[in-house]
Amino acid sequence: MKIQVIIGQLLRIGVFTSIGIAFLGGIIYLTRHGHEMVDYATFKGVPDYVKPGNLFSSVFELRGRAIVQVGIILLIATPVVRLIFSAIGFAAEKDYRYMFVTLLVLGIILFSMLTGKAG
Amino acid sequence: MTVLTFTLILLAGAYAAGLLGSLTGLGGGFVVIPLLTLALGVDIHYAIGASLVSAIATSSGSAAAYVKEGITNMRLGIFLEIATTIGAFTGAVLAAFIPAHFIAILFGTVLICSAIISLKKKSNEVNLKKSYLAEKLKLDGNFPEAGGFVAYRVVNVVGGFGMMIVAGIISGILGIGSGALKVVAMDGVMRIPFKVSTTTSNFMIGVTAAASAVVYLQRGYIDPAICMPVVIGVVLGALSGSKILVRTASAAWLKYLFAGIILILAIQMIYNGILGRV
Repeated sequence: MKIQVIIGQLLRIGVFTSIGIAFLGGIIYLTRHGHEMVDYATFKGVPDYVKPGNLFSSVFELRGRAIVQVGIILLIATPVVRLIFSAIGFAAEKDYRYMFVTLLVLGIILFSMLTGKAG
Repeated sequence: MTVLTFTLILLAGAYAAGLLGSLTGLGGGFVVIPLLTLALGVDIHYAIGASLVSAIATSSGSAAAYVKEGITNMRLGIFLEIATTIGAFTGAVLAAFIPAHFIAILFGTVLICSAIISLKKKSNEVNLKKSYLAEKLKLDGNFPEAGGFVAYRVVNVVGGFGMMIVAGIISGILGIGSGALKVVAMDGVMRIPFKVSTTTSNFMIGVTAAASAVVYLQRGYIDPAICMPVVIGVVLGALSGSKILVRTASAAWLKYLFAGIILILAIQMIYNGILGRV
C-alpha cells in the first residue's frame, strides 16, 4: 500500500476515534455535572484530575473529564504519529535526507513537550 | 449558567464556526475564540486552548482526503514544518507572558488580515523558474488536474521558511491554525499554485498545532469540558461545510457575507481588548 493512503487512513481513524472517546466522556460528565454552574471567568491552571500522574487513575474511576482529556491527547498525538509514518515512508524510499527532516520535526515537538512545563 | 446549557450553546456555536470556517477557508478558531470570550465570558487562555484542539481536528480530517488525491506536496509540507513547529513552540511559551487584552487585540488584527487575504483572487499560475535550493531539497512537484499532471517549481525557499516561522508564532500565541498566513508564504513568496498551497498548508496545521498543544496541555489551557463540545461541533460543522462547498462553489456573495461577519467579530475583539474587557 502506498504511504499516502496509509497516512490518509491514519489521520481519519485518529480524528474519529478521539472524537468518539471525547463524546463518551462528555456524556458521563454531563450526566453527573450537567446541573452545576460554570465558572471559566478566571484562568485556574491545570486541574488535579488531568495531571499526568493522576490521569490514568481518573480514567479508571470513570471520571468524564479525564476520559475527554484522553480523547484530546489522542487527537493531539494523531499528527505526531503521522510524522512517524512519514519517516518510515521516506526510509523505505531510501530518501534519508527527508527521513532526517521528518525526525527533526519530531524532535522539535518532543523538545516542546519536555520544556513546555515551566511558567 | 448550568454546565448543560453552556455545553449546548457551545456545541451549536462551534457547529456554526466549523461551517463558516470551512466555507471561508479560515478555520473554526476565528469564530470559537470570540464566541467563548465575548459571548460566554470565558478566560481567553481556555478559548485559545479549545480553538487549537479544534484546528488539529479539522486539519487532520480534511488532510486525509487531500493526501490521498496527491495534491498535497508532502516534502514541502514536512520541510516547512521545521519552521512552523519552532515558531509554534516559541509562540506557546510567549502566550504565558502576554497580557490577555493584548492577545485579544492581536487576534482581531490577524483576523482582519486573514479575511482580506482570503478575499484576494487566487491564481493557479504555475511557476517554472528554477531555484537551486528547491531543487536540492526536492521541493518541486506536480498536481493532478483534468488534463493530467501539472508540474511546478518552487522559488524563494529562504523567504518562505522565514514567513512560516512567523505563521507558527502567531499560531502558538493565538491558538489558531493561521492557514491564511501559511498560504501567503507558499502562494505569495514561494510561488506555489494555489491548489497545492492550500492543501499543503492544511496538512501542516495539525503538526504545527501539536507543537504548541503539548505546551498548552501542561499549562492547563486545554480544559476538557470546554474542548469537548467545541471539537465535536467544529468537526461536524466542517463536514457539512465541505458538502455545501461542492454545490455552491460559485457563490461569490457568500464569501463577502462571511468576510463581513468576520470583520465585525474582529472589531469586537479589538474594541473589547482595548477596553480590557477580555
